Amino acid sequence: MSPTLTLYLPLVAPFAAAGAAALLDRRVAAWAGVAAAATILAAGGALAATVTRGPAVAWGLLRADALTAFMLIVIGAVATVACWASVHHLADEAATGTDSPAAARRYLILVQLFLAAMSLAVLADNLGLLWVAVEATTIVTAFLVGHRRTRASVEAAWKYVVLCSVGIGIAFLGTVCIYATAVAAGAHGTTALNWTHLATHAAGLDPDLTRLAAGLILLGFGTKAGLAPMHAWLPDAHSQAPAPVSALMSGVLLSVAFYAILRYKTITDAVLGPTYTRTLLLVAALASLTVAAALLIAQRDYKRMLAYSSIEHMGLVALGAATGSRLAITAVLLHILGHGLGKAVAFCGAGQLLATTGSTRITAVRGLAGRHPALAGGFGLALLALLGLPPFSLFASELGIARAGLAAGHGWAIAAAFTLVLVAFAALARHGAGILLGPPDPTPATDPPTPASRPRTASIAPLALGLAAAATLGVTLGPLQDLLHAATTVVGGR
Amino acid sequence: MTGTVNTQLLNLACGLFLLTAVGVLWRRELSALIGLFTVQGLALTGIAVLLAADTGSGEAAAVAAGVGILKAGLLPWLLRRVLHRVPEARETASLVNVSASLLAAAALTLLAYAAARPLVALAPSPTARAAPVGIAVLLIGFFLAATRRRAISQIIGVLLIDNGIAAVAFLATGGVPLVVELGVSADLLLAVLVLQVLTTRLQAAFGDTDLDELRELHD
Repeated sequence: MSPTLTLYLPLVAPFAAAGAAALLDRRVAAWAGVAAAATILAAGGALAATVTRGPAVAWGLLRADALTAFMLIVIGAVATVACWASVHHLADEAATGTDSPAAARRYLILVQLFLAAMSLAVLADNLGLLWVAVEATTIVTAFLVGHRRTRASVEAAWKYVVLCSVGIGIAFLGTVCIYATAVAAGAHGTTALNWTHLATHAAGLDPDLTRLAAGLILLGFGTKAGLAPMHAWLPDAHSQAPAPVSALMSGVLLSVAFYAILRYKTITDAVLGPTYTRTLLLVAALASLTVAAALLIAQRDYKRMLAYSSIEHMGLVALGAATGSRLAITAVLLHILGHGLGKAVAFCGAGQLLATTGSTRITAVRGLAGRHPALAGGFGLALLALLGLPPFSLFASELGIARAGLAAGHGWAIAAAFTLVLVAFAALARHGAGILLGPPDPTPATDPPTPASRPRTASIAPLALGLAAAATLGVTLGPLQDLLHAATTVVGGR
Repeated sequence: MTGTVNTQLLNLACGLFLLTAVGVLWRRELSALIGLFTVQGLALTGIAVLLAADTGSGEAAAVAAGVGILKAGLLPWLLRRVLHRVPEARETASLVNVSASLLAAAALTLLAYAAARPLVALAPSPTARAAPVGIAVLLIGFFLAATRRRAISQIIGVLLIDNGIAAVAFLATGGVPLVVELGVSADLLLAVLVLQVLTTRLQAAFGDTDLDELRELHD
């Protein structure tokens, strides 16, 4: 297939699957969703093969270089796990009667639109279009967060839409500032916001306005990426959304927002030098790690626990991006993929845990290994991956981020950051051990949990797939090695 | 039309634009807020029309027409529909009293002029010199969203932020490219639709649209 067609495939496939969800039976539509996710993954792979060998593929407003191809692979891989888990999630909901067929249909359509919006965000060459796509993700996920219509989920959806709209609004002001300086430097119309144009004409941009824009962009997209202190919406939204949606939001949406920061970073670094963005990113990284470590310690809800773990990992990603060396950027990209897979499995496992026990309290699900060994195995291994233990790839990427930071002379920041990571590690390990091996809750909840469905063996399959992928990446990068190097060059790792 | 008249009209529109934002802080009744928001949308449309007349480009004229329909027509209509559906929410309580709010608006306007200096310095045309007005409205929008306790007043805060950014885009650059403007407008319209539905759900779940009631989720 020609590369330009491949460029449109990640957008066409989810739209087709959304159409299928509108017309066909729930089961067929759910599997069509898995197929769409796999198509995004395949298109990412095909584009990767093209752009690592030759120049970037561009057609119309879309463009794919190595970074885009890598992000498409991340979206596709995590979405495959999440959509496959959705099949079982929806079957469970239908079996227990918690979801009407109309709600399931809406769920499937919105998830596919969500995937299309994320694909558009990474495929857009125009920074204005990138903004539009990221804002669109907020809109389509709003009803997914508020899917259950309970007080808690409506509250989470409200906070999510308001805080993210405001945050992303700030990013738009940054985009306007970049546009203003590009126009003043002689560019016209749509071209003035094209990343390729800005990256090649960075020398003409006004430093003062670019500095203002860089701050606004980091604040705006940082809100969406869950970086502290703009993270307030994240634990609420991620804990209230249906589990596979949490997996997508936590596993890829945060990274897609961070991808926007990386794109802008190449431009602003070319104008201002790396020091300015580095300082801002270091502050955000340490703040995120502090918030995550502090709130993980006394966490009582396991979905919120996973949400704070996402803030921790985004803090590490920001730390690596702040360092900015080749090793650091490669580690950041690998971390994004490894965290996406690990977090997707953990959230999907948490969803099955919730369906089985009817509670999100850690104390209510103690002693899982004895009751549901397969689910406990999947959830436990995902936690090990998120803790950064080998053989999972997060081990390699965390090590890479630390080594790169030390080599760049950020010893104090790395020391502080990894002390906080250690605190988070201890907290997560303690909670994880409690869930898997702890004694069952001696005082059962007064109201019996909702009709508990036994986890079916088939529903473990997507979890196993995600874990296998994360573990394989930890052992060998295989063909991804070349792509990672090319993507690192795009981000401008020195 | 001579250049000076055009500039004066532009300044008038910018003045009205800022004044309506301050007015939003001053009034409490939600219907008055929506009225002021409509006037602000008209002022923004005025800015867009004047700039389009200046450049004489068809694309700019189309953008101006679109802005008028969206900001002075569709969005206020949607807000009125929300107000109609949640009838008991006539007034909005503020965490900060009116005089303090107005003082804050003055401080935020000064801050906006300080923050927008690089933007003004870059393009010293009369239109770019008015760009701080947009930033001032944006900051007032933040203030409104942070201090008012009704769902609808928070939506208006978000919309003020957006109006402010749109004004900066028009005044400093003559407007973002058409394709971006289209995407942004579609996003904004959908976001308000989503917020409208969520307001009704808040009402159904909490029996109120008082945001102080949102206390289910915490650590």
